[in-house]
Amino acid sequence: MVNSGTGLSIVTDPSVVSASGRGVIGESVRRPDGTPKVQGRFAFSSDLWAEGMLWGATVRSPHPSARIRSIDLSGAWQIPGVRAVVTYDDVPGNKMFGLEHADQPVFAHDVVRFHGEPIAAVAADHPDTARRAMEAIVVDYEILTPLVDPEIAIAEGTPPIHPDGNLFRRLVIRRGDMSVSGDVVVEGTYEVGMQDQAPLGTESGLAVPDDDGGIDLWISTQWLHADQAQVAASLALPEAKVRLHLAGVGGAFGAREDCSLQIHICLLALQTGRPVKMVYSREESFFGHVHRHPARMWYRHHATRDGRIVKVEGRFVFDGGAYASTSSAVLANATCFSTGPYKVPAVDLLGLAARTNNLPCGAMRGFGAVQTCFGHEAQMDKLATTLGIDPIELRLLNAMQTGDSCITGQIVTGALPVEEVIRSCAEAPMPVLAEPVDSPMMALPGGAGRTADAAGVKRGVGFALGWKNLMFSEGFDDFSTASCHLLDGVATVKSACAEVGQGFVTLAQQIARTVLGVDDVILAPADTHIGSAGSTSASRQTWMSGGAIELACRTVRQKLLSHVGAAFGVSVDDLDIVDRRIVSRHSAKPVIDLDVADAAPGVAFSAVEEHHHAPTFRLDENGQGNAHVSFAVAAHRAVVDVDVELGLVRVVEITTSMDVGKVLNPLQLLGQVEGGTAQGIGLAVMEEILLTAGKVRNPSFTDYLIPTALDMPPVNVAQLVEVPEPGAPFGAKGAGESPTISSTPAVVAAIRNATGRELPRTPVRPHDIAL
Amino acid sequence: MTVAVPRSLDEAFAALAAEPDAHLLMGGTDLMVEVNYGHRRPTAVVSLDRVPELRGWERSADGRSVLVRSGLTYTEMEIGELAESFPALAQAARTVGGPQIRNAGTLGGNLGTASPAGDTLPVLAALDATVVLGAAGGAQRELPWDEFIVGVKRTAREPHEIILGARLPVRRGPQEFLKVGTRNAMVIAVASVALVVDLDAATVAVGLGSVGPAPLRAREAERWIAERLAFDPLGISSDGDPETLAEEFGRMVAGASRPIDDHRSSAVYRRHAVSVCARRALLRALSPQVVGT
Repeated sequence: MVNSGTGLSIVTDPSVVSASGRGVIGESVRRPDGTPKVQGRFAFSSDLWAEGMLWGATVRSPHPSARIRSIDLSGAWQIPGVRAVVTYDDVPGNKMFGLEHADQPVFAHDVVRFHGEPIAAVAADHPDTARRAMEAIVVDYEILTPLVDPEIAIAEGTPPIHPDGNLFRRLVIRRGDMSVSGDVVVEGTYEVGMQDQAPLGTESGLAVPDDDGGIDLWISTQWLHADQAQVAASLALPEAKVRLHLAGVGGAFGAREDCSLQIHICLLALQTGRPVKMVYSREESFFGHVHRHPARMWYRHHATRDGRIVKVEGRFVFDGGAYASTSSAVLANATCFSTGPYKVPAVDLLGLAARTNNLPCGAMRGFGAVQTCFGHEAQMDKLATTLGIDPIELRLLNAMQTGDSCITGQIVTGALPVEEVIRSCAEAPMPVLAEPVDSPMMALPGGAGRTADAAGVKRGVGFALGWKNLMFSEGFDDFSTASCHLLDGVATVKSACAEVGQGFVTLAQQIARTVLGVDDVILAPADTHIGSAGSTSASRQTWMSGGAIELACRTVRQKLLSHVGAAFGVSVDDLDIVDRRIVSRHSAKPVIDLDVADAAPGVAFSAVEEHHHAPTFRLDENGQGNAHVSFAVAAHRAVVDVDVELGLVRVVEITTSMDVGKVLNPLQLLGQVEGGTAQGIGLAVMEEILLTAGKVRNPSFTDYLIPTALDMPPVNVAQLVEVPEPGAPFGAKGAGESPTISSTPAVVAAIRNATGRELPRTPVRPHDIAL
Repeated sequence: MTVAVPRSLDEAFAALAAEPDAHLLMGGTDLMVEVNYGHRRPTAVVSLDRVPELRGWERSADGRSVLVRSGLTYTEMEIGELAESFPALAQAARTVGGPQIRNAGTLGGNLGTASPAGDTLPVLAALDATVVLGAAGGAQRELPWDEFIVGVKRTAREPHEIILGARLPVRRGPQEFLKVGTRNAMVIAVASVALVVDLDAATVAVGLGSVGPAPLRAREAERWIAERLAFDPLGISSDGDPETLAEEFGRMVAGASRPIDDHRSSAVYRRHAVSVCARRALLRALSPQVVGT
């Protein structure tokens, strides 16, 4: 199904687990939760249950902007079975929360700033009782005109809609000779709509109070310790009394980095002294988590006549919605990576993130790089057309490599195989594709609707290149902690890393097997009984928590070898672990050849380690500084068929190449490539949350469309470029986000190629093509 | 909420008599979404999916019509003799949801919900179908489709009645169904067009979906095109250039639509889509040998 230019073959036969049969690094180890998930037996957070449990529900504002005159809870209390009703006044500790800035009230109390903002929460014996109680709460609103245009929000004289003002961040990046002008100048304004992460599992959790005023929270999250800190602060409890446990996560993609119901259910549980469960409905989920920032981006590229970029000017406006969430970091990413992985000697860029009464926006797969990639790649194609240069040649001509400077002045010291990624993807042989006239009706644009006239279907090909940072940036030490315990050949490793589908569940075991020479590795449940693992985001967990597991295992390995060395009177330096055996190196005497499992009967070895990445630094007033840890590049080539008259699109084929450092689990990597590409295709042709005057118009899977099997083409992996990354465990880069970044612009470029339309906005809607 | 699960039509009417405000449930593909979303909280439900008299379909003795019973699923419409007799119905059924939804959803449910976007409804309109309603004691009445559907999600069914099925006249001749949505499957129609040619009566009928409060017919366009086509026992043909004819036909059909702007599309695009789909449907009917499935 998939081949790779590296000679690596991806195992797609599920019966083939691994070459060695041991499940070490580099093998397609299958997920232990894979089969249960397919069979419907996996316990997601929405399946949690406790004896005597109550059900929680959240009262939400139907208005995007309003003043709350009064809240009358009496109706709810009159309903038998209602056990608790809580509002802002009931929050004992910090009444504000937030991932970067605590600027969001736990419940709105004086004003409402977005459609769906929580006002109160109830707990009752039955979910229907909770719902009726919710409906019985009367909130008297003075409806205000919502501020929904980010440009107006940050314009001089616009009254702030929050005490912190309407500007989340203003980021300037200036570098080089800004007076320079190119022989050729191309300009464009691009827009990206608001995408939802659309995880199939909605927000859900179970809070269980203990007898000592503390609480245990089982929760679907991306970052246990960030939730713990915010919950503890709002409950006015020491963190030790707020214990979080990872529950089965049904997808995340950024939607679970911020608190949603965490504080609410803990508050209800403490008030009632009973376990409280809450599960958002699908509709509620659209209001209950942050989304991808809609963006409006102006670009002006200057180049020499032979195609070298000499300067890029840009102004990027990101709509952060009502509360800060991660807007500041998203904007930094968007702006830092706004020119693509190209050598750009001079930039004059301004990034702005605004507060509005739209839904709050924050983390989503690609984290800012997605939006500006759509812009810079459209500009590269435009530049190529203007110059009469092949778009691939233009990209190669300007491609960065290790040792080059970013627009922030940071010199790339790690792997950056831009040219290899471009070439392998662009030059990959085009798979044999049926022509539209030879295709079954179902395989034409419009699919099952049988709308296409095969003779009128136009085929187009597009290419795009994207990049982003791995790990957190700008001075944040997003370390990870892990422990390892070895006894009689069984290793138990533990980390608070949230498994949200990315595959840490196999990688932790693969790393332990590889380092320790054991077969049996138990991955202990993720909870806050160990130090933070940081967030499962920013393509960082393989590197950070994988690295922490590796460090802990290496310490234990050293302890084991020291023990064996002492027993046999040999230096630890003369011992090695090969496969399952402890062996003496080359000429060492006596010759040792022991099974790891039998090497130290009854003796336990333990270690806890923290893994920190290289320090990063804040950007200065000109946006200069070593703000990022590492970078990853990916390219997509898309083939689309377009029914030009109806404006309907079918993506026929996608070829991709990615810079991955080293492949640790080929099957899981393929999962990331296919899943990320699907999410990128969704943003290209259908996925958008529609808001009118701040009100959400399509909060359902009936109207918020995500790709189906008929919309998702086969993904052809042209090459997984393996240039080991210094400092990363086994040289592996994160791969969770790269596939999402360049897939969207590649698909839209292909639609432009097929139709000749400019299409400056994504997702491309039928009327953008047809009318 | 009470749920009655009658095992016969008599039991169903009895259950309905006991709970006159009960919501009727067949496949649940509409009702369960509304319940899950909290848009509807029925106090009583009468589930009809185990009533044997509501399953299947039968041809009339003279062979000129088929009674499709309300429990017929979309999957059952897609296959076999029924699909051969009513290819447009089969095509419309195929556009509904995914396989699981098509196994559950039924013709009766589509009629009962009477959504402007109901996928089989434009086909029923183009076929001049009638809807058969039953009441306790064997009472029946039969209404033309446009007297049954009286508005957006509103029908002429009385609370004590159950939709028994729809009577579909058998038309000899090409049929087409085209549905525009912004995804290649499992999507609510932005606009849909059903075209039914009756070679014996020398007529063309066009049903439109999602471009009005209820399914619409394009009667002026139907008459106009019928006058310009030659009907013979094997098919239709045109004297002039089919493309020109179809273009004008599409324009006229679009003129019969009454679309609105909503979150799924705009009125302008919907009218355009109707025009394109009607044109393509006619061209396919004119050259049935290239019709794909």
